[in-house]
Amino acid sequence: MIALIMFILLSFGKEFGISANFRVMCAADGAGDMADFFKYDWKSQGWNLLVALGAMFGGYLASHYFASPDGAVAHVSATTVESLKQLGFNFQEGQVPLVPEFYSWEALFSWRGLLVIVGGGFLVGFGSRYAGGCTSGHAISGMSALQLGSMYAVIGFFLGGLFMTYVLFPLIFN
Amino acid sequence: MSKYILVGILFGITLYKAEAVSWYRIFEMFHFQSFHMYGIIFSAIAVGVLVVQLIKRTHMKSMEGKEIVIQDKDKRWQRYIIGGFVFGLGWALAGICPGPMFILLGSGYTVLIVFLLSAMTGTFVYGLLRSKLPH
Repeated sequence: MIALIMFILLSFGKEFGISANFRVMCAADGAGDMADFFKYDWKSQGWNLLVALGAMFGGYLASHYFASPDGAVAHVSATTVESLKQLGFNFQEGQVPLVPEFYSWEALFSWRGLLVIVGGGFLVGFGSRYAGGCTSGHAISGMSALQLGSMYAVIGFFLGGLFMTYVLFPLIFN
Repeated sequence: MSKYILVGILFGITLYKAEAVSWYRIFEMFHFQSFHMYGIIFSAIAVGVLVVQLIKRTHMKSMEGKEIVIQDKDKRWQRYIIGGFVFGLGWALAGICPGPMFILLGSGYTVLIVFLLSAMTGTFVYGLLRSKLPH
């Protein structure tokens, strides 16, 4: 399915990559006056904003009309439920929600929620532009085109992700 | 114009139903405890490689009649490893990458607007520091 989406966009003459939208949004807000990186023809990238808008509609439709009968549950493995318990998350198997409780406005007032939402957002925005793409641009599009750079980027994604998971999570969630 | 929105909708429903928008699925992936996320990513790449080769070998044209060109990425590795590392930290921490962020925002987690603004700030700071960073 995801490859089909990439193919459709290629057939429109476009390249699939969601994180480029952050740059478009910055440029549209006038960031071009402050850094040359944002001085580009961002209006020609408007199509990508429409893809993002569509993704939002897709999320709405999927959660409201195509919800699974057992509710918004992530069917993670039993070992994962055990690992979650070690970090202080208490779930029974089959009851792990799709998203954690810190995806809420109230959580923004706790240091942990603030760190995840604001800190995570900053790292994702900074890192994806530094690396020139995110999961869709590098892992899917770039690897499909057998680009060496994208392979390095995916290695980087995993080094960062594993460092966070094994080194920083025990500090954040205990 | 609306064709892009339709593609986005397809993308949104696919990733939502595949649970790829779930923080816990990303957690599981980084613990190598399930094949689920790898299955999604690897199958997309496998089909993707075939699609790209087909496009290149047949010199397929886009709907606008131009030949489809897939730009080569930069050959240097520094920006990919360092930038990728920073991205990976955020991906594991927040459990979402840019696509799922828009999808979850649409499904009702309005707090992710703050995530979006933070990501824009991150991109903006990168734009400011770009000339000083190793690439």
